[in-house]
Amino acid sequence: MPATIIETNSTPFNKVDIDPVTVDIIENALRNVRVEMDAVLFRTAMSPGIREQGDCFPMVANRDGKMVVGQFGSFIYGFMEAYDGEIEEGDIILTNDPYMCNAAVSHLPDWIVLVPIFKDGRHMAWSAMFGHMSDNGGMVPGSIPIKAETIYQEGIRIPPTKLYKKGVLQEDVLELILHNVRTSEWNRFDLNALVAACRTAGKRCVEIAERFGDDVFYTTMEIMLDRNLEAMRAIINMIVPEEPQYFEDYVCDDGVGKGPYKIACKLWREGDVAIFDFTGTDPQAQSSINFYLNEEMFKMFFGSFTINLFDPGILFNDGFYELVDVRIPDGSLLKPKFPAALSGRTHALGRIFDVMGGVLGQGAPDAMNAAGFSDSPHLFYSGYDKNGEWFQLFQIGFGGIPGRPAGDGPDGHSLWPGFTNVPNEFIEAYFPLRIVRYEPIADSGGAGLHRGGNGLSVAYEFLVEGEIAVHDERWLTYPWGVRGGEPGMRSTKRLVRADGSEEWLPAKCDGVKVQEGDVLYFNTWGGGGWGDPLERDPELVRIDVMRGLVSAKGAARYGVVIGDDGSVDTAATEALRKEMAANRGDVGLFSFGGTIDEIKARALEETHLPAPVSPNA
Amino acid sequence: MTYRLGVDVGGTFTDLLLVDESNGETFMAKVPSTPEDSSIGVLNGIERICSESSIDPKQVAKVMHGTTVATNAVLTRKGAKVGLVTTKGYRQVLQVARSFCPGGLGGWVSYVKAPLMAPLELTIEVDERLDAAGNVVKPLDGATLTTDLEKLKSTGEVEALTICLLNSYVNGKHEVEAAEIARSVFGDIPISISSEVVPEMQEYERTETTVVNSYVRPQVSKYVANLQGSLEDRLGDDVALAILRSDGGLASARAAGESPVNLLLSGPAGGVAGAIYFCQRGGFDDILTFDMGGTSTDVALIQNGQARVRRETRVGDTTVRAPSVDVRTIGAGGGSIAFVPELTKALRVGPDSAGAEPGPAAYMKGGEVPTVCDANVVLGYLPSDVKLGGAMTINRDAAVKAVQTVADAMGIELMEAAEGIIKIVNESMLGALRLVSVEQGYDPRDFALVGFGGAGPLHANALGILSGAWPVIVPPGPGVLCAYGDATTQVQDEASQTYKTRVDAITADEFIAALEELRARAGESFEADGIPVSDQEVTYQADIRYAGQAFQLSLNVTKEELESKGLAVLTDEFDRQHEQLFTFAHGKDHEIVMIRAIVKAKSSLTAELKEVHEGETDLDAARIHDTKFYYEQEWHEAPILDRGKLGVGAVVTGPAIVQEMDSTTLVLPGHKATVDKVGNLLINPA
Repeated sequence: MPATIIETNSTPFNKVDIDPVTVDIIENALRNVRVEMDAVLFRTAMSPGIREQGDCFPMVANRDGKMVVGQFGSFIYGFMEAYDGEIEEGDIILTNDPYMCNAAVSHLPDWIVLVPIFKDGRHMAWSAMFGHMSDNGGMVPGSIPIKAETIYQEGIRIPPTKLYKKGVLQEDVLELILHNVRTSEWNRFDLNALVAACRTAGKRCVEIAERFGDDVFYTTMEIMLDRNLEAMRAIINMIVPEEPQYFEDYVCDDGVGKGPYKIACKLWREGDVAIFDFTGTDPQAQSSINFYLNEEMFKMFFGSFTINLFDPGILFNDGFYELVDVRIPDGSLLKPKFPAALSGRTHALGRIFDVMGGVLGQGAPDAMNAAGFSDSPHLFYSGYDKNGEWFQLFQIGFGGIPGRPAGDGPDGHSLWPGFTNVPNEFIEAYFPLRIVRYEPIADSGGAGLHRGGNGLSVAYEFLVEGEIAVHDERWLTYPWGVRGGEPGMRSTKRLVRADGSEEWLPAKCDGVKVQEGDVLYFNTWGGGGWGDPLERDPELVRIDVMRGLVSAKGAARYGVVIGDDGSVDTAATEALRKEMAANRGDVGLFSFGGTIDEIKARALEETHLPAPVSPNA
Repeated sequence: MTYRLGVDVGGTFTDLLLVDESNGETFMAKVPSTPEDSSIGVLNGIERICSESSIDPKQVAKVMHGTTVATNAVLTRKGAKVGLVTTKGYRQVLQVARSFCPGGLGGWVSYVKAPLMAPLELTIEVDERLDAAGNVVKPLDGATLTTDLEKLKSTGEVEALTICLLNSYVNGKHEVEAAEIARSVFGDIPISISSEVVPEMQEYERTETTVVNSYVRPQVSKYVANLQGSLEDRLGDDVALAILRSDGGLASARAAGESPVNLLLSGPAGGVAGAIYFCQRGGFDDILTFDMGGTSTDVALIQNGQARVRRETRVGDTTVRAPSVDVRTIGAGGGSIAFVPELTKALRVGPDSAGAEPGPAAYMKGGEVPTVCDANVVLGYLPSDVKLGGAMTINRDAAVKAVQTVADAMGIELMEAAEGIIKIVNESMLGALRLVSVEQGYDPRDFALVGFGGAGPLHANALGILSGAWPVIVPPGPGVLCAYGDATTQVQDEASQTYKTRVDAITADEFIAALEELRARAGESFEADGIPVSDQEVTYQADIRYAGQAFQLSLNVTKEELESKGLAVLTDEFDRQHEQLFTFAHGKDHEIVMIRAIVKAKSSLTAELKEVHEGETDLDAARIHDTKFYYEQEWHEAPILDRGKLGVGAVVTGPAIVQEMDSTTLVLPGHKATVDKVGNLLINPA
């Protein structure tokens, strides 16, 4: 039974006539609301994950739960479907369980706060925000256990629960929850911050309605939804052909020996409706890499991704959902069956964007990008410092933005909105480790007319004994290039022990013991190249060499010969380019760096790690 | 008898204000700016103002100056070629920055990163390492550094050098060593080291800030030296030149040349200081300032006559860790372009601007796209039938033609479109006002709203209605307010240090000792400039937060308070303010992140500025002629009045337009404007 909202005032909202300028003004005001939510959260949150890296997402939805402002789409409707109870003014709902809200959040460490906004006894809108908590209890520090086989091993599950009832904090519930996590003070503060941000949004919505009138506020939200509907109708017709396009990409492995997992997607248009069909995607994994993908959330990915190509200024929302049909097979990696483990869903979530770019790009090759840093790989380091105090570090890795029509991809950057790195001086001041190197890896970006961004090499020297966990990707399959661009370099994790011995860590592992003086080289992958590298201006290649972004040897991938004095050897360059052009044969739309079989056959030799076993075997 | 001179060099005009220090009498002048060498315009202005007031230039003892030289070097990317020395392993610290791509999901698709101010080809590493406590982990390899610096020098490219090493905010030892080596290799190019410019945690921000300092330093030093020389030639050798800092204090010419990163918002700080000056004298201590120019609008919140100072300065894409008056800038101004995206048919205004070239369509300088200014002309707010201070001709037909394109795209009437443009831009500015007020826990209705800058007085009344901040104040000479600010501020310098200590781990005495050490450092530049300790005032500040939190507050504290109440004086105030801002307080785990000492010279200006208010309260004498304007779907008959002829006590009932040399004030129907005792126009609902 869906949730029931209790209103003390039953006057219906009416659609009224509004001049377009008023709509634009309210749109502006709502844009400010979202900015303010972020501002409140960043300033009051405590964990580095949220406040430094920005791992959190705000939203305002209309009274039906459709997102009017935000970026990850509405999760209200899923929650409303799943929540069997009454909701009153002053209630604030907390949940983290993907299985209890139709995957509104996709793993347990994301805690989501929902606030129904009331004015004069009428339910008028929703504000909501989720943030990644530093810990959620369970098998491992950081609560992303790779080897978990069910969600019960991934820490505390919070079904949709009233954190506040009619404005009163349910302290017993809060303490019960916090008792189950390793970083209770961080979580307490972060949760407070989420609530403060949502309440602020509520206050602002009420103010806007007071200024313009309740019906105007209500109607404007409807009009804003309609605007997106019309804009997306035009875009879909422009970029999605009726003829089906197909693309597949992979999650390299599941951390327990199987992989790569295929994500298959077929796209075509029927009338105004774009259909994404994921039939052919590999079955769910035994480990925690499953990504329970909410269909509505995928629509939002699609919408915001494409609209950025056409009108970055638009205030994006849910209004176009009827124009997209998403089909995901049950029991697949993208729709696993309860109680499959979900905590390591980051990799498939990221890979969805490469899949989307690949399948859409075939319909609009002028606008397409290469494969990029489509993930947020991470490192955990925990233990007791020299004063005997528990510490727990969560670090997100950054890498190469792909080559794009707009130009070269930035080096060591984030594809995720709002994410920033944590200053190394901050980490060294508060955690027992030293970061001895922090720099982009020359030649790791795929060669192209527009170069892929370089991956980042971060060398962590551990200063006390502890345990680390690594969650990484693209160690086996390549970040592909497009339109003649080459793939980027893959990721590696090399652990150099204090005694000088070396080992290559697998992409996904936890419980790895480290000692004082051990150094981990966490090298992320580069972005794919865009366009023909042989057409890149040799002068740009020379500058990249001077800047240490491409090596002199790596310049050869562009057919450019750099002389001993650092200048371009024009004659040798022309000759080399001619030879390369003659030898390379046909350049397809994509370059994947080989078939899966070929890549697997070379795995041990090239990556120092054995190839995983097919999940279908 | 001595005089002080406030000088503000803007893009178009150089404004001057001469003050007789003995009796506060003032004289004003406005001359065209001379962008190729600003000092020429300044000297022209001095000739003008001295001849008009019959004052011997030799009597001018102090020149106080707001400048945009540093700002423009950053905005136009025309600063020095900067070489950079980093810790080994960190050569690409600026290239990676904070890994952030602006925009929403997919924002990276269109993000193009600006070129680095210290290019990688001029960046070298030095083998050395300090730990987070400042202990040497690996000594500096001076021999290799010497070789590498020589190689860098041989490129012939480096015009200024920056040294920023990891963890040097705790201990500058290695930076000082490296700077000595660099000086011996490079000789006389300016060298900036991060532990001196900004000893604060966060390697990217500290590097960027120090690099920006180097980037603008040669230009600023040259400019200041030239100006000083020209002034000495004309005004005598004993003239003292001071430059306005971004935080609203003055720096001596020498100090300004060494730390020009502190001058990036010198211009806006002058406007804020001028607004404070007039409003305080009119009896208003709590104000929101609103400085609307051609391409952008700056807003700030002033409480108790004090501007909030933030620890960050933003100019265009560049953000540095330097204190500045908490001015928020939005890309909406008189030149902002209105357009209608085809997909959504929404009306958007800005952030693109027609700028000075080609400018709004109404100015007939080649502009054809509709701007905010054109909408003002179409609506009659900017009358086309009088010349703007005699300078600019306005063509309404051209404005109509431009705005009509928006009306057609939206399928609405011309006047509706023009009002729409104004409403949208006003809404953006309201957003900026909210940023500095509501979002900081202040209610705008508790403040007066001050509109200035070229376009501010046109929009001020409407923003009063939207924000509820009354009265709306238009100070005298809203276009020359910066010069007033320049002339009325004090010499200031500060020293700061990352402190990073839990409050419960120190005693008040230890804390006081640390503050006093900073005071001595901050006072060094005063001694160099001959200002004795007895003429200095000190303010101590601590940045405090809950350990681990990003949010922090800068709290002022005195030695006396610390002695009598201990450290609780800080923690209690922090809890109180945190609760006011975010509805909750934690009450424990306070951490002091930074401490600083701000030293100011005591004011030497004893006399109040004297405004001359001739003129009548009789409006007929001030009436230029009658016009009409369009507001809320109606035409209104309105007189155009000459502000210069409105005396103290005059009451202008809206609808009316008040015109002066460089500005136009719109008084809307249902409102009235009163001239107060210092010459402010106070607009209130009638």
